[in-house]
Amino acid sequence: MREAKMADSSANGLAFSPQTKARIAELLTRYPRKQGALIPVLWLAQEEFGWLKPAVLELVAAELQLSKASVLATAMFYTMLYKRPHGRFHVQICTNVACYLRGSDDLVATAVEVLGINPGETSEDGLFTLQQVQCLCACERAPTLQVNKTDYFDVTPNQFRALLEQLQTDGLRLGPSIGWPGADESTNPPDASTGTEASYA
Amino acid sequence: MPEHRLLLRTHLGVDFTKLDNYLKHGGFKMWPRALELGPAGVIAQVKASGLRGRGGAGFPTGTKWGFLPKDERPRYLVVNADEGEPGTFKDRYFLEEDPFRQLEGILLSAYATNAHICYIYIRGEYWNSKDVTEDAIAQLYSAGWLGKNIQGSGFDLEVYMHTGAGAYICGEETALIESIEGKPGMPRLKPPFPANWGVFGMPTVVNNTETLAAVPVILEMGGKAWADLGTPNNGGTKLVGVAGHVNKPGLFEVPMGTPIREIIYDLGGGVLGGADILAIIPGGSSCPFLTKDEIDIPFDFDGLKNVGSMLGTACITVIAEGSDLIKVMGRVAKFYQHESCGQCTPCRQGTGWLHAIVEKLDAGAADEQAIDLLIDACNGIDGNTICAHGEAAAWPIRSICEKFRPQLEAEIRARAAA
Ligand SMILES: Cc1cc2nc3c(=O)[nH]c(=O)nc-3n(C[C@H](O)[C@H](O)[C@H](O)COP(=O)(O)O)c2cc1C
Ligand code: SF4
Ligand code: FES
Repeated sequence: MREAKMADSSANGLAFSPQTKARIAELLTRYPRKQGALIPVLWLAQEEFGWLKPAVLELVAAELQLSKASVLATAMFYTMLYKRPHGRFHVQICTNVACYLRGSDDLVATAVEVLGINPGETSEDGLFTLQQVQCLCACERAPTLQVNKTDYFDVTPNQFRALLEQLQTDGLRLGPSIGWPGADESTNPPDASTGTEASYA
Repeated sequence: MPEHRLLLRTHLGVDFTKLDNYLKHGGFKMWPRALELGPAGVIAQVKASGLRGRGGAGFPTGTKWGFLPKDERPRYLVVNADEGEPGTFKDRYFLEEDPFRQLEGILLSAYATNAHICYIYIRGEYWNSKDVTEDAIAQLYSAGWLGKNIQGSGFDLEVYMHTGAGAYICGEETALIESIEGKPGMPRLKPPFPANWGVFGMPTVVNNTETLAAVPVILEMGGKAWADLGTPNNGGTKLVGVAGHVNKPGLFEVPMGTPIREIIYDLGGGVLGGADILAIIPGGSSCPFLTKDEIDIPFDFDGLKNVGSMLGTACITVIAEGSDLIKVMGRVAKFYQHESCGQCTPCRQGTGWLHAIVEKLDAGAADEQAIDLLIDACNGIDGNTICAHGEAAAWPIRSICEKFRPQLEAEIRARAAA
């Protein structure tokens, strides 16, 4: 990303939808400084474009009149702001203490076996990203996991296997996604670079 | 045992996500009372209650409010709903099942501290909590309980949700403030404290969700009555969790000072399979672990402090005999390494060492000397960092090394023999 591009509010031909623009305008009224709206706007950008590729960050920087560097620094800090495309189904298994004590490692093994990928990986077909996640703070219902925005509590390996197989079937019908669950796929087709790390240099 | 139902109202079977139901059960009754008392009167009640922060540190809430400078700058109220401490599941209850309790607490506290903007900083992974709380806020705006001239009182309050994005460290109040400002969540050096220099450089009160949810209850029963519920200096009731190796994991409410044994055995249903306790984590994994001989102490801030641990978030994790403590320690070490913001060398490097050493132990590639190495690394972190994340990593690990050494040595020998 070169600085010169910053002024261009439709960086690399990307532009926010009118609805997102309106939500950004409302968000800006909530904070005395524009940068306060940065994380909420990054969330909106992720919802719209699937993940925060460099061009999206440039668009955000232009929209909020912030330096590219500050937008990048913030985007890099937060794990839920995606710097690379994720699978259609983001499977996150809690393996912290309480879940470990109640069998979370069996769930990880089940996922590895069914999906054929290790934690931290995205399947080649772009359908699944598997991750171990830190305590989801529902430990009284351990073991816990999340698929996209949905929680699953008190999960047994058999239930989990059935869930994953169902998702595999759904996935074959739906195809790979553009990253963030629910991102607008009508205007943003799946990214060709699925699975590769973007260059933010 | 004396279970209380002041904060936790699941037993009523009422859908408290609907404003009508909340109002029917006495909701917002404390607003006219607050107007009668005036801001100073509300603060006086909270001071009299002895309410101590439910986010983990236990700082007296009324005192904190009193630190706000008497100048003309706009004040902010920030709610710490970034629940993320491993082992904890209490704020989730308010955020998902009784959202107006927190919001009534916010209104009363904002009135008491003369704040007109409130940000609720909510954990990114809490999708359901976000939806429920956002919806509750919308219901309040349409019913005139938020916004301009609330219920004709002349008091204005805007409440906004600000969603985190997967960084545990943003639970630390100054990291949280940085995050609201749109920056990486790196804790600030204190002083200046948020009361003087908080969000956008303005005077700011940061309180935990449960702390604020207690405020309406305190006004209703009176500060003194709340204080009398608990033990001296540890007033009131507390949400407590029990998870891990117990028969009935769950969330409960007890007066401060209830013995840990009663919480585990009477409420949590005792240890799975009737096993003995190996260790417990009293209030989230940042707290030094306790042995089974330490569970007769009163469960409150001072009781835990007296045995060198902390009440923390008051959600207990029970670890039964026969468990693998090296593996448990591995989960703890991994977490703090992953969540270190990286600003201070002792925390950034030290948490990495802790994790690496424990991994070696787990792989059977280290001997008993590694225990001393771990203690040494913990000592190198302790007291040498900007925020308490460093200690949160060092204290539990050191406590395991010091209190459970024979157990660790047995596990090391077993791995060597395997
Ligand atoms: C590493 C770290 C993580 C923290 N996480 C939380 C948290 O998730 N929720 C919370 O309320 N307080 C958390 N705290 C404590 C806050 O810094 C702060 O003390 C608290 O929000 C003050 O509110 P209270 O006085 O009502 O407890 C954390 C502190 C540290 C050092
Ligand atoms: S102690 Fe750790 S988390 Fe806290 S500021 Fe230092 S590096 Fe960051
Ligand atoms: S340890 Fe898994 S939800 Fe808390």
